[in-house]
Amino acid sequence: MSGQPRLVQVRVNVLKKNDLLARDLRKRFHDAGVRVISLVSSPGAGKTAFLEQILSRLRQDFRVAALVGDLATENDAIRLARSQVPVKQIVTGTVCHLEAEMVRSAIEGWNLDQLDFLFIENVGNLVCPSSYDLGEELRLVLLSVTEGEDKPLKYPTIFNTADVAVITKLDLAEAVQFNSALSECNIQLVRPGMRVLKLSAKTGEGMAQCVDLFTSLSVRTTIAS
Amino acid sequence: MLGIIDGVTEEAERCGAARVNSVHLRLGALSGVVKEALLFAYDLACEGTLLEGSQLIVEPSPVLIHCSRCDADRVLESPQGFCCPVCGTPSVDVLQGREIEVMAMEVTSP
Repeated sequence: MSGQPRLVQVRVNVLKKNDLLARDLRKRFHDAGVRVISLVSSPGAGKTAFLEQILSRLRQDFRVAALVGDLATENDAIRLARSQVPVKQIVTGTVCHLEAEMVRSAIEGWNLDQLDFLFIENVGNLVCPSSYDLGEELRLVLLSVTEGEDKPLKYPTIFNTADVAVITKLDLAEAVQFNSALSECNIQLVRPGMRVLKLSAKTGEGMAQCVDLFTSLSVRTTIAS
Repeated sequence: MLGIIDGVTEEAERCGAARVNSVHLRLGALSGVVKEALLFAYDLACEGTLLEGSQLIVEPSPVLIHCSRCDADRVLESPQGFCCPVCGTPSVDVLQGREIEVMAMEVTSP
């Protein structure tokens, strides 16, 4: 005979496992002096093109590596590896976002002490990646000019959990009549005070400011200055 | 989803439950999780666990910010504008709204 139903008060943080693992990763990255920067955006916003440029530029002065997440194919890792830095593809299968455990497993065997920067390109998705801490120090959210100025209003959570917004494909801004002021206003509505960078990976416009932002984070830069 | 099932199973085993009848989940407006998607997948995900046949009760939790100008905590009407609804001062000081938390469960003992 079964007993009477009873209500049990609990308090279980559903993402606790991920949060704890991300905290461990963050400490490991910090102790090793590696700056970890993650990228989130919708599919096709230009994360990989942006990263190709960043890796090529940063690798001249720093030790850089990248992880790239996709549901399928190793295409992005092949593209990024042309920048001649260590790159590992994380194929998530049916999972629409990266989790801390995937990052931990991907960096197994890598000597973090020998890195200055690690970039993590998330799966193209503006919803689920916002819930998962990856242990990164800085989260960039990319928004391409072809996507429409109201993306921040449609996906406030991902903009709110990111640190810096990057408007990409600036070379197409005129063709699509992109309203830069409106997009910035929308970003500020969902994340007051957010820093916004505008650039084109194709023409190189605005890339230098982005590189400056990253190098200002570097442990080596801090020591040197 | 698996986080809910794992967490609840662990708690249910701890209190010696034979089965779980319902799960009360608090879901923040900024959690990045859609209530409908959770409900849609819930029954299937619970199959073969202590939670099989249970009901998922989702309690939405609004975004709560702290307004430095009013020195008060304010509920945001929508996540499309992070400013104090009273004085209009922007705020990124989010006190609540990101959580995905199991608050309670109804269980039956053996």
